[in-house]
Amino acid sequence: MTSDAAPAAPTNPGLGALFVGFLTISIQAFGGVLPWARRVIVERRGWLSPAEFTDMLSLCQFLPGPNMINLAVALGVRFRGIPGAIAAFAGLIGVPMVIVLLLVTLYEGIGPSPAVDDTLGAIAAAAAGLMIATTAKIAEPFFRARDWRAILIAAIGFLAVGIFRWPLLWVLFVLAPLGVAAYWRWRR
Amino acid sequence: MGAYGQLIAHFAVLSLLAVGGVPTVIPEMHRHAVDVAGWLSDTEFTNLFAIAQGAPGPNMTIVTLIGWHVTGLGGALVATAAFCVPCCVLTYFVFQLWNRWRDRPWRVAVQAGLSAVTIGIVAAGALVIAIAADTNLARFAITLATAALAWWTRLNPLWALGAAGVIGALGFA
Repeated sequence: MTSDAAPAAPTNPGLGALFVGFLTISIQAFGGVLPWARRVIVERRGWLSPAEFTDMLSLCQFLPGPNMINLAVALGVRFRGIPGAIAAFAGLIGVPMVIVLLLVTLYEGIGPSPAVDDTLGAIAAAAAGLMIATTAKIAEPFFRARDWRAILIAAIGFLAVGIFRWPLLWVLFVLAPLGVAAYWRWRR
Repeated sequence: MGAYGQLIAHFAVLSLLAVGGVPTVIPEMHRHAVDVAGWLSDTEFTNLFAIAQGAPGPNMTIVTLIGWHVTGLGGALVATAAFCVPCCVLTYFVFQLWNRWRDRPWRVAVQAGLSAVTIGIVAAGALVIAIAADTNLARFAITLATAALAWWTRLNPLWALGAAGVIGALGFA
């Protein structure tokens, strides 16, 4: 894999960079923000290492609220405190809000159209592929480290949510303590 | 309670229930907006959901659209703020504590355990999205090609999304 090559120098973003970074993420993010967040934050701007990104993402996943909104707040706070959180949040949400309001106005004007449905459907298929590649990038370090405990826990979560379609909330409530317990004991 | 008050009350509560993200609370959002509050019809909810999913950005813009549907621009802003502020404040305080406990041994175990679960959840999300999107063979091929491109090259994935959009617009997928 070539895409995780570290950028030239680690950077410490200011308020403007946080706002623009998350704006860049938001306007490209068709069919899921996560692949774009990782691409910009880890691969392009080098604000976090791959491991730091996965750590931050995992905590955001367990906190209530939209994961990527939480991630923007966590990353903004880390570099620039509360103003940083507001800058990242505004960058992530501002333009998409304007876009959906324009789209809904347009949609109510022209009504449903098969050509639009086909276009969006094909874009959704590409977005799914992007999500698969991002999953692979997040999982890869755990395979490389031969961390079978993590891979087993991940496999259980994947089966429960992806295959059996059990409610995410309950899977998290059961699996998270199990995951922590697995590391707790083995680390002593 | 006025329309604004109702939007704030509903979405502020949902914000703190959305453990795992927006998909967790979509069923409850639908139940309340359509069946309890009567803000919109079933079809209207589905259409707004499709617009929010099809547009770039976080999938929480469904909340913006419901607020807009109820009371226009003011509702859009109020609903979005009500849905984002509670979880953002919580995130802020949790990360403050989290950083303070950086060197505690138990934090290492918690982080490792949660990261492992996260991989599984992200993988499940990818599968669910792919199954929903790949309704024919051409779309399945688009998914595979985009995954391969994003894994092996540094090309901006927007090219793949754009190409897919063109293929779809021409009626090939």
